[in-house]
Amino acid sequence: MNITEKILARGAGESKLEPGDVKFAKIDKVMLHDVSGPGVIKTFEKLEKDGVIKVDKLFDPSMIWVTEDHFVPSVDKISAENIIKLSDFTNRFGIKKHFKYGMGQYGICHSMSHEEGLVSPGELYVGGDSHTNTTGALGAFACGLGHTDIAYAILNGKLWFKVPETLYFKLNGKLPENVMAKDFILRIIGDITTEGAAGKAMQFGGDGITDMSVESRLTLTNMTTEAGAKNGIIEPDQKVFDYISERGVSKYDAVYDDDDAQYEKTFEYEASELEPVVAKPFSPQNVSPVRETSNIEIDKSYIGSCTGAKYEDLVAAAKILKGKKVKVRTEVLPATISIYKKATENGLTQIFIDAGAVVGPPTCGACCGAQMGVLAKDEVCVSTTNRNFPGRMGHLESKTYLASPLVTAASAITGKLTDPRDL
Amino acid sequence: MKGKVIKYEQDNIDTDVILPGPYLKLHEHSELAEHAMEGMDPDFHSKVKNASIIVTGNNFGCGSSREHAPIALSASGIEAVLALSFARIFYRNSVDGAYLLPIEIDEKTYSSISENDELEIDTTKNEIKNITKNETYSMKPFPDLIGKIIEAGGLFKYKP
Repeated sequence: MNITEKILARGAGESKLEPGDVKFAKIDKVMLHDVSGPGVIKTFEKLEKDGVIKVDKLFDPSMIWVTEDHFVPSVDKISAENIIKLSDFTNRFGIKKHFKYGMGQYGICHSMSHEEGLVSPGELYVGGDSHTNTTGALGAFACGLGHTDIAYAILNGKLWFKVPETLYFKLNGKLPENVMAKDFILRIIGDITTEGAAGKAMQFGGDGITDMSVESRLTLTNMTTEAGAKNGIIEPDQKVFDYISERGVSKYDAVYDDDDAQYEKTFEYEASELEPVVAKPFSPQNVSPVRETSNIEIDKSYIGSCTGAKYEDLVAAAKILKGKKVKVRTEVLPATISIYKKATENGLTQIFIDAGAVVGPPTCGACCGAQMGVLAKDEVCVSTTNRNFPGRMGHLESKTYLASPLVTAASAITGKLTDPRDL
Repeated sequence: MKGKVIKYEQDNIDTDVILPGPYLKLHEHSELAEHAMEGMDPDFHSKVKNASIIVTGNNFGCGSSREHAPIALSASGIEAVLALSFARIFYRNSVDGAYLLPIEIDEKTYSSISENDELEIDTTKNEIKNITKNETYSMKPFPDLIGKIIEAGGLFKYKP
């Protein structure tokens, strides 16, 4: 079995599972945020009213963690009330791991999962958000679900899964300078399309992945969602163990591929052949080398989200922006408070402000069109985020180009899409 | 179930156009219905007054995990979506939350059905009757567990 099959088999209490098998499996960790949390609350209310269930206690409150990220700071009365509902819920059921906006560490759920060491290698983890796939870079089975499934998981401690086929992406060699993990995953989505991995696992390996930092690997698994994948996953190694150990996690039960692990298909990439790319509107699969789009003028540069505002992403952007001035509106929203703090301690915040950018609080913000710099009609944005569907970041007739932090920062300086190698 | 068709002849209709992000803070089903398909079809609300089935292409419901998307469609009066294929979370949400029937159809059935056709769907026979055109098509049967969850009326009512 491969790593995905082994984690599911362990959860299901089976010695062997094959792609296509459907089983209930025990869940180790569950994440809720200020969108899926109120959804779960509503689901429980409705089912209790209909007499289907009675919710006196949850399966195990210690397996659940909650963060506030989509609509913080609150944008209006409804979103403010959702935050209160979330606190009432975690108080009522004794959920201790609730990371609250304005009360110390909090941030975008998928970045919290690795920053706080909330999910460990080998675990079966589900979250009420599609980019839950991100955390698979730590060697966990991590999968996004809707709020009915999440409600079922926190009440019963288990869920049904269909064991996915696995697509294996092998990267040979080190990424060249100025090429980031974001360029690699966009290239893959361009090649296989947004339904190329529908319902499947996307596993990454090869010496190019071994060479990558944990945070770069998280960028890869994060955007497996855009290819339709059920989960993205990477076998854990010493880099992962060191990373989580720095965050206080010392006990885990890591899982690896068996020697005879099977994949439905293997794709091989040479790192030396990769280059900076963008995904043009209105799909993450519309991938093009930056140099072929470099005449496109932009109105805004956005460095944020679970995809592109990890500490390493901010370091990349700061490298470009240091001592320069931005030509277009530029926003930097670190993904969590811990990342914000580290960026400030190490002078990155100062670099951004000196360049003329705004540094804002951690939030999903404009990535999902919620708030904090949404786009007007006809505005063009280059962004470190993950989706560029119509209206995703604001007006239906705005346009978003998805890119790496290096490309996004380089474009902020020139006012048009720019390959960092051409600065 | 029986109803008329709204047809969207395109692939990759995503959750951001089915129910745009700014409305994710809403959780009342009737409020979500008001914004259904707001990102792509301003005429959806007038169309859905006389229709209850969407027919569309590949990868319907791709993008986010927001259950708001099938809720908004269901609360607007949509009872079934017939698509060449579905994105996994939209499909699972539709079934586990018992909002609507996600039915996979083949290319021939897809091209045979037109806007406003009246269909009758019989999931026990895996059959779709086109009353308007007097034609019958087969639908892809639901996988075993999915069929049982649909029959039970959603995941919480299903007893493993």
